[in-house]
Amino acid sequence: MTALLTATGLDLRFGAIPALVDVAIDISAGEVVAIVGESGSGKTTLLRVLSGMMAPDAGTVLWQGQDLRAMGEAARRRLMRTDWGFVHQNPRDGLRLNVSAGGNVGERLMAVGARHYGNIREQALDWLKRVEVDASRIDDLPRTFSGGMQQRLQIARTLVTRPKLVFMDEPTGGLDVSVQARLLDLIRGLSRELGLAVLIVTHDIAAARLLADRMLVMRRGEVVEQGLTDRVLDDPQHPYTQLLVSSVLAA
Amino acid sequence: MTAPETGYTFAYLDDATKRMIRRAILKAVAIPGHQIPFGAREMPLPYGWGTGGIQVTASILGPDDVLKVIDQGSDDTTNAISIRRFFTRVAGVATTERTADATIVQTRHRIPERALREDQVIVYQVPQPEPLSKLEPRRAETERLHALADYGLMHVRLYEDIARLGHIAKAYDYPVMVNGRYLMSPSPIPAFDNPKMDRMPALQLFGAGREKRIYAIPPYTSVRSLDFEDHPFRPIRAPHACELCGSTDSYLDEVLTDDAGGRMFVCSDTDYCGERQAGANKAAAE
Repeated sequence: MTALLTATGLDLRFGAIPALVDVAIDISAGEVVAIVGESGSGKTTLLRVLSGMMAPDAGTVLWQGQDLRAMGEAARRRLMRTDWGFVHQNPRDGLRLNVSAGGNVGERLMAVGARHYGNIREQALDWLKRVEVDASRIDDLPRTFSGGMQQRLQIARTLVTRPKLVFMDEPTGGLDVSVQARLLDLIRGLSRELGLAVLIVTHDIAAARLLADRMLVMRRGEVVEQGLTDRVLDDPQHPYTQLLVSSVLAA
Repeated sequence: MTAPETGYTFAYLDDATKRMIRRAILKAVAIPGHQIPFGAREMPLPYGWGTGGIQVTASILGPDDVLKVIDQGSDDTTNAISIRRFFTRVAGVATTERTADATIVQTRHRIPERALREDQVIVYQVPQPEPLSKLEPRRAETERLHALADYGLMHVRLYEDIARLGHIAKAYDYPVMVNGRYLMSPSPIPAFDNPKMDRMPALQLFGAGREKRIYAIPPYTSVRSLDFEDHPFRPIRAPHACELCGSTDSYLDEVLTDDAGGRMFVCSDTDYCGERQAGANKAAAE
């Protein structure tokens, strides 16, 4: 299997604070990779660097063999609205709150050139159904939605152009557990069904176990351990991973 | 008529300013629909009264030019009269109310009904040159969207209109694509006038004084109003005939005539209406 996204030797410092230290990662098509670690360990920074939103001090990120830095902003933006998706932790960062649910889902379609209102609307309805948002709410503003619905709407809006790779930044953060469980189930179902590669940042070990094929454990900007999810969680090698795994509360 | 004022440079603006504005105009013509920043000067009338249009007109005006100024299609409103008088006083140029006789037409809110020719220039007064301003308030971001031709956002707005109201509700300042590249605000002309901009033989110049932007459409350039395939662009016009000249294809104003609900529809373009009435009288007399 060839890697979709390959990053090697990523380094980034915020002043004296090392955010990324010689990080390497690769993601293949259809694979779900989780990045776990404590707050401030560089998880979100890594996601931002990989998605081209931030430039690293050193190292390269290759998308299907092409250097992200070399391809220019226009091409990166095109990637962001076609082959990539980004699901923010806070749905209000990823949605347009003054645009109806249908318009939110349709925006990416229109950005890549869809110009048929009927088709856009049909696809928006289809996607609302897939993420279990009631079709009658298509013309409502997202600010009238609950947090869980907003998050599901954000996922629909991201997946409507059938991206190959989706970056998720703690998509279940701030939601109550029952909503979290449904959302995780939805993400798992959709990623399997569409063959999505997902790079998910989370501090929720249980969510990572449920979703991820592979896992990276980060601490102070370094990847301290990586491997298959079950291997890492059942047989942690690094002391920090052992601490992390033993800290999970058993329900 | 008053004699031209002395003590001013021809057409009010000093030569260096005119040169700067002409440079901006040349650049604007070279990149159709692209907004060029310029150093707008303080003019002897308030922002919103056509300071941008006046500066463009002043920079292209020559002693032999014949100037027509319209406001909402009319030659005899305050704005039109005062701008015309301004140029009579500071440049001593001839003015006219007849579209056919003018070499430069400065306009607010309308394009004359009579088709413009290659030897004419139309100057628009623009309040807000940025078509994306209501959707994306950050100027730096809209400039990036223009640079990358990333115009999905504008269609989201049209989508919202259809979803909520069943049709595209924008009746004026209807966004257009110029030369298949730049999204452009046509200034607050009615959507009815948009088709006139497409492949117009006259040079079209746009000046926004407060926002300090100049843009242009060279002659015979394609100008397409944005729409959806299944909701095509439709110019909107009141479904009446002009009560003065009987025209059924000109843009109409609704005029209240008394306090008892009396109203009439008349051509918004006074010169066009007058010519038609004169023609009808002549035909009746023969």
